[in-house]
Amino acid sequence: MSSRTRTIPSVFSLAIWFLVWELVGRSGASSIVPPLSAVVAAGADVVRTEKFATAATISLRSFALGMGFALLVGIPIGIIMGRVKAAARILGTWVNVFVSAPISALVPILMAVIGIGETTVVVTVFLFAVFVIVLDTQVGIARADRSLVEMARSFGATRSQLYGKVLLLSAMPEILAGVRLGAIRGVKGVVIGQLLVSIIGVGELFELYSQHFLMEEFWALVIIVFLFAFAVSEAIAGLERRVEYYAAAR
Amino acid sequence: MSTPAPPIVEVVELGKTYETGVEALRGVNIAFPRAQLTTLLGPSGCGKTTLLKIIAGLLRADSGEVRVLGKRVDGPGPERAFVFQDFALLPWANVLRNVAFGLELRGVARGEREEIARARIAEVGLAGFEASYPKELSGGMRQRVGLARAFAVDADIILMDEPFSSVDEQTRRKFQEDLLGLLAHKQKTVIFVTHSIEEAVYVSDQIVLLSPRPGRVSRIVRTGIEHDRGPDEIRRDRRYLDAVDEIWQVLRAYVT
Amino acid sequence: MRETRATAAGAATAVSSIRPRAARLLWQLASFALFFALWEAAGRWPVSAAFPAFSETLAALGSMLGDGSLVRAYGLTLQPLAIGLALCAVAGVAFGIGMGLSRTVEWFTLPIFIILQAAPMAAIIPLITYMYGIGLTSKVLAVVFLAVPVIVMNAYKGIRNTSPSLIQMCRSFLGTRRQEVLKIVLPHAAALIFTGLRLGVAMGFIGIVIAELLITPTGIGDLITYNSSVADYPRMFAAIASLVVVASVSLHLLERVERRLFPVDSSIA
Repeated sequence: MSSRTRTIPSVFSLAIWFLVWELVGRSGASSIVPPLSAVVAAGADVVRTEKFATAATISLRSFALGMGFALLVGIPIGIIMGRVKAAARILGTWVNVFVSAPISALVPILMAVIGIGETTVVVTVFLFAVFVIVLDTQVGIARADRSLVEMARSFGATRSQLYGKVLLLSAMPEILAGVRLGAIRGVKGVVIGQLLVSIIGVGELFELYSQHFLMEEFWALVIIVFLFAFAVSEAIAGLERRVEYYAAAR
Repeated sequence: MSTPAPPIVEVVELGKTYETGVEALRGVNIAFPRAQLTTLLGPSGCGKTTLLKIIAGLLRADSGEVRVLGKRVDGPGPERAFVFQDFALLPWANVLRNVAFGLELRGVARGEREEIARARIAEVGLAGFEASYPKELSGGMRQRVGLARAFAVDADIILMDEPFSSVDEQTRRKFQEDLLGLLAHKQKTVIFVTHSIEEAVYVSDQIVLLSPRPGRVSRIVRTGIEHDRGPDEIRRDRRYLDAVDEIWQVLRAYVT
Repeated sequence: MRETRATAAGAATAVSSIRPRAARLLWQLASFALFFALWEAAGRWPVSAAFPAFSETLAALGSMLGDGSLVRAYGLTLQPLAIGLALCAVAGVAFGIGMGLSRTVEWFTLPIFIILQAAPMAAIIPLITYMYGIGLTSKVLAVVFLAVPVIVMNAYKGIRNTSPSLIQMCRSFLGTRRQEVLKIVLPHAAALIFTGLRLGVAMGFIGIVIAELLITPTGIGDLITYNSSVADYPRMFAAIASLVVVASVSLHLLERVERRLFPVDSSIA
């Protein structure tokens, strides 16, 4: 295998793909693929509109609220499940079922019970994110270094000291991994929730653009949303890297 | 050195069965003299680490009791400090914080505990490494941090669970010598677990031999070796060689 | 809190003194019983007319099974799911293997798939609808788009993470590159490839549900939207619950197969 390609980071291949996009767009080969330059221009325009600002605000708000609740509920439950065997036995099956279940199937219920609006989207985000957070937190706490726990107990640690100074920190890599996956799912929750509810946020915009065949705007919005998801994921991954003190010790 | 001091720790009729049903210890009675180093020695499966953790209060015995200064103890206590086989250092904290951890848990003020920690760090020969993290240290250095942490809380009784088994042979020998040096001027009682006969005879004032399955006291050996002589002298002393031989004869029968 | 902990722990140890398998089954049953009891209670609470109790949902499920509407619906829904997954399995795994074996392919395609894994693919679905209409094609594409990233990435990782010492061993015995790939890399990657397929099935279910709800409801989607519009909430709930059950059971079975085929052996490098 040629080692030449290894010296240039893989991410630069994106530049080539952007070039391909531009050329395909210009050639008019497909009506749904406008040139990248047109997409970027449209994007720059869209971002300045009032409509986009409202959509973005609503979407970000739903995302933040949903994720906030998911963290507030998910992490404590994960901790309890990690420490108390009975809790793990009772809740475990359900967490496992819902972590890979098609949660979007539940959205019609939410719409029927809660109504069509932002609350439904917030609950959707919560449901998308919470289960993987619970699961990873539970794993992190259950697998926390037993030696460290014993050590702290041998020096007379109280329960709150044990949790605060040892357990949570020891489980931090797994917890952050769960939060990152939860955040990615949360973004999907916002998009799917809004697509299904279809009168607010970026979901509304997606419907609008594809309906009126405004391809430049559509792809611009796709790039914006995809970039947001990626940025959130990378931000948390950055935190995960800082917490990688286990690299040599584990 | 020949008249035994009054016991500071006593184990009385101790019994323990694991959850799997295997009987780990049965009817163990040992008196640990004050300011002396007692080793629990035996092949794997004799329950020596289990016994040590029960004395430390980290495990519960099923029968019998542990007494410190005549009083029964059930959990960990400030008079006992533990040194772990796998070091058990907080990977996210530097050496200074790790050594001060026992004091931190007791609520000692930061300035005071860091001062104590620095002194102990210098004592074990790690001066200059206060800001380093465990992953930057070798195995031997990490265990010295563990030792410093146990000394920092100023416990009278130090419990060591095969503390030198995770380091290489040369470091291990140096540790054995250094340990004797560290203990020379302190009146600490040490209960030491190892499976190495030579290590046991080298460092101990008395050796408790345990037989396996279930763990029981088989013999108590007092070597009578004075520990203030040079390390090489000890290893050539007639009593050292005799003790090693005697112990091996006993333990050999237990090794399947 | 202490006392409930103690009694729960006591119950836990009492139960686990029975044979472990029976104990686990008992806990599962208790867990189900608790969930269904809560559902029943929530349904009877006059919070919302739209939330049926467990018993009502169960009854509706029974009736839908009885009149065959449920089975027919699944027949329609599972078609695009099966087709989409079959396409993904073949093309996705092949592509992932290609990515793993060729550094050039990896260089070009890895960033794209990393982005695709994090991206909300559902956003593309309105576009697919307006391009390919509301028929089978769109739904198959929806399944494919959602499932392919995870299948490709797992196959890729499976190839990439082959233990270097095994490869060195092969070379030390003068194995050719072809033997290396066939005898070491591929068998080693098989476990992760299977995991990727399992996760792909999960994503496929998600894809087909979104497709049913967004593109045009047929099959299960139809049951859901129709019953929602006539406010027959027990039936709507039953349809949704059946989806969750079908998805969970299939994934659970796949996990079992995976564990049987690829037992986790931590002693191997």
